[in-house]
Amino acid sequence: MLKQIEGSKAVAEAIGLCRPEVICAYPISPQTHIVEALGEMVKSGELTPCEFINVESEFAAMSVAIGASAAGARAYTATASQGLLFMAEAVYNASGLGLPIVMTVANRAIGAPINIWNDHSDSLSQRDSGWMQLFAETNQEAVDLHIQAFRLAEELSMPIMVCMDGFILTHAFERVDIPSQQQVDAYLPPFEPRQVLDPAEPVSIGAMVGPEAFMEVRYLAHAKQMQALELIPQLAAEFKERFNRDSGGLVRTYCIEDAETVIIAMGSVLGTIKDTVDEMRAEGHKIGVLGIISYRPFPLEQVRRALLSCRRFLVLEKSLAVGMGGIVATDVRMAVTGAGLKGYTAIAGLGGRPILKSSLHALFRRAQAEALPPVTFLDLDWDVVNKQLARERTTRRSGPVAENILYDKGIVSAKFG
Amino acid sequence: MGFQPVKFYQTGTFTVGNRLLTPDERSLQSDKGRSNSINSGHRACQGCGEALGARYAIDAAVAGSHGQLIAANATGCLEVFSTPYPESSWQLPWIHSLFGNAAAVATGIAAAMKVKGKTSVRVVAQGGDGGTTDIGFGCLSGMFERNDDVLYICYDNQGYMNTGVQRSSATPPAARTATTMTVGKEPGNVFGQGKNVPEIAMAHGIPYVATATVADLRDLEYKVRKAMTVHGARYIHIFVPCPLGWGTASNDTIRMARLAKESGTFPVFEAEYGEVTGVLKIRHQIPVEDYLRPQKRFAHLFGEHPHPETIARLQLLADRNIRKYGLLNGHAAAADEANEHLRELRISEGGN
Repeated sequence: MLKQIEGSKAVAEAIGLCRPEVICAYPISPQTHIVEALGEMVKSGELTPCEFINVESEFAAMSVAIGASAAGARAYTATASQGLLFMAEAVYNASGLGLPIVMTVANRAIGAPINIWNDHSDSLSQRDSGWMQLFAETNQEAVDLHIQAFRLAEELSMPIMVCMDGFILTHAFERVDIPSQQQVDAYLPPFEPRQVLDPAEPVSIGAMVGPEAFMEVRYLAHAKQMQALELIPQLAAEFKERFNRDSGGLVRTYCIEDAETVIIAMGSVLGTIKDTVDEMRAEGHKIGVLGIISYRPFPLEQVRRALLSCRRFLVLEKSLAVGMGGIVATDVRMAVTGAGLKGYTAIAGLGGRPILKSSLHALFRRAQAEALPPVTFLDLDWDVVNKQLARERTTRRSGPVAENILYDKGIVSAKFG
Repeated sequence: MGFQPVKFYQTGTFTVGNRLLTPDERSLQSDKGRSNSINSGHRACQGCGEALGARYAIDAAVAGSHGQLIAANATGCLEVFSTPYPESSWQLPWIHSLFGNAAAVATGIAAAMKVKGKTSVRVVAQGGDGGTTDIGFGCLSGMFERNDDVLYICYDNQGYMNTGVQRSSATPPAARTATTMTVGKEPGNVFGQGKNVPEIAMAHGIPYVATATVADLRDLEYKVRKAMTVHGARYIHIFVPCPLGWGTASNDTIRMARLAKESGTFPVFEAEYGEVTGVLKIRHQIPVEDYLRPQKRFAHLFGEHPHPETIARLQLLADRNIRKYGLLNGHAAAADEANEHLRELRISEGGN
C-alpha cells in the first residue's frame, strides 16, 4: 500500500510485517521513532505474539536479543552511534554464536564531540564484527532490505544490520510502498533455528573454545558471508518477483557503461550524487555511479567488474579511518588491485555536514581532471583548522578543540550550510 | 545381621544424607534421582565451593521446574571449568554469552518462552560475584527492575578467581588479593567499600531475595525450590568459599562457609518484596577471628606483626550483621518467628 510516511514509521511497519517475536528497545537518536512505533504496535495488540522489552542499555538490548534468538525467537533491535559502540561486545558475541538477529542502524556520528547527525562511522566501526551490513539508499529500500534481511540472516544463521542514514532517511516523510502481510509471509517463512535452547534436547551454547578449534569457527563466519555474496542477489531477485520492485542486491550501477569516471558511495547520498551526475552527463561528461548496498560481505568481484572499464574512480564516504584515510575506499582499491585505475577518496558529510550538489560538481570535475589529492576532505573549513593548529603550536594550554572551533566559526551549528 | 547401631547421625537435624530422616525430609542431593546438572569430570579446583554451590542450586532449580529449565551463565570460573569443548558438564540447555550480560540473556530467553507459550519452561541466570556485583550489575538491576521472570544466582567467592584472585566489590575488607596487596598502612582490601547486592536486590522490591551458603545444603535447596515457586525476578546469593583464592585447605570449604555464617560475617536470610521474612540463626557463635585465621588471605592480620585492631573492625562488621538481621536468639522476636516459619516451609518443601 502506498503511503506518505516517515522513514522510521515505514521501517517499523516493515519490521512488524516480519513478525518479530522479541523486540528490545532503548532510546537513541535517530533510531528512536522505529522502536516507538513498534512498541505501539505491540501494546495495541496489532503485532502479536511479540514481547517488547524496554531495556536499560544498548548492551542489554543486544544481550536480550541474544537470549531470545538462542531460545528460538525472531529477535530485533535498533540502535545508532554511541549505542552501537556500547553494545559492541554483544554485537561480536551475537555473530560468534551465529544468531540471526536483525538490527537497524540509523547511522550517526560517534563522539566526541557529541553529535547526533548522520555519517557512517558507527556501523563501519563494527566492520569486522561478523555482522552483515546492508545500506539503504531510500526509505523504500530500507523497508525492503529489512524484509530481505530476516530471510538472509535466518538462512545463514548470522546477524545483519540494515543501515539507513540517520535523520536524512529516518526522519524524512516520503512515498513508500508498504507490502501486505500476505506478501511478506509468502517471502519470509517462520524462523527455524539451527540451534535452540530446549529442555527436551539440551545443548551447551557458547562454551569455551581453545586454539584447536577457534580458527575454524572464525573461518566459518567468513564462509557464511561468502555464501551471502551468492544469496543476496538471489533474495533480491526473488523479492523482485514477489514485490515487483528492484531492491537490495550487492551493488547498483548508474550510467557506468561508457563512464570514464565512476563515483562510489553508500546510502542516501547516492541520490544527490546521481542528480549531480545527471547534470554533468547533460553537459557531456562521461561519469557514472556505483552504489554499494552490501558493505559486508563486500562484493569485491562485482565492484571490480563495475569499475574495470572506467579510467578513474572516486569513493565518496561518510566515514574516516583516522590516520589513514578512507574505509570504504580501501575495500574498493582492494577490488581493483592491478587494474591500473586512478583512485581517489573523498571524506564527506561527517557529523551531518551537508553534502551539496555544488560541492560535488566541483569535486567530480577535479576527479575527472585527475587533479585531486589521494584523500580530500569535502568542504572542510581550512581556516578554522589552521587557526586551531596555530593555536596549539603557540599555546600549551590551548583548551578544548571543539569549543575553540565553535568559537572561531562564530555560529551555532543549526546555521551551517 | 543383628541390630546395627547408628553412630554418626543425630536425630532432629538435617545433616546431609541423614538416613534417619523420612524420605520426604531428605535433601535432593541425597536422592539418586537428582538431575546431576553439572556432571563430574569438569575442571574446577579441588574443594571448589562454586562447583558445589552450582550443583546444589541447579539440581534444586531443575527439580523445582520439573526438568524444564534453561540456564544463562556469565563468564567466570563456573563457565570456564564446566565447558571446554567437547566436555560440557551441563545436563540442561545452557548458554554463555558474555561476562556482564547473563541477566539480560536470561531476560531474552524468558521473553522467548513467553512469546512461544512455553510457560512451563523456567529460566535461571548465574554468575560469580564479579559477573554479578561488578560488570553484570547494570543488566542485573535492569532485570530486577522490570521484574523479568528470571532466577538469578550469584556464587560469591569474594573475588575474581578465574583471572588470578583480584578484588571485586564483594571482596571483604582486609582480604589479600592480587590487587589489594598486603603492603602499606592498611594491608589488604580497604574498609568502607564494597557492595551488598542482596540488599540492593531487596531495594528493587522484587518478589524474592535470599542468601545461602554451601554449608547448609537443606537451606540452600529450600531457597532455590521456594524461588522456583515464584514468578518474576528472584535473586539468590550463595556464599561459596574458594580454596585457591582464599588460601584455605580444599577440605575446609564447607567449614569456612559455616564459620562465615556462625561468626555473623555472612548473614543468611530471605526476603520477599523488600522485607526480610526469615533468617538462619547463628547456632554456636564464634568470634570472627576463628573464621579469619585459617585463611591465608588474612594471614597478614596474624603472625609476628598482628593487626588486632583490624580483626576488631571485622568483628564490628559481623556484630552489625548480627544486630541488623537478628542473627542471635533474643535479638528479634519477629525474626525468630520467621525462622520457625522457614523451618516449617523447609520441611514441607524438603521432598521432591
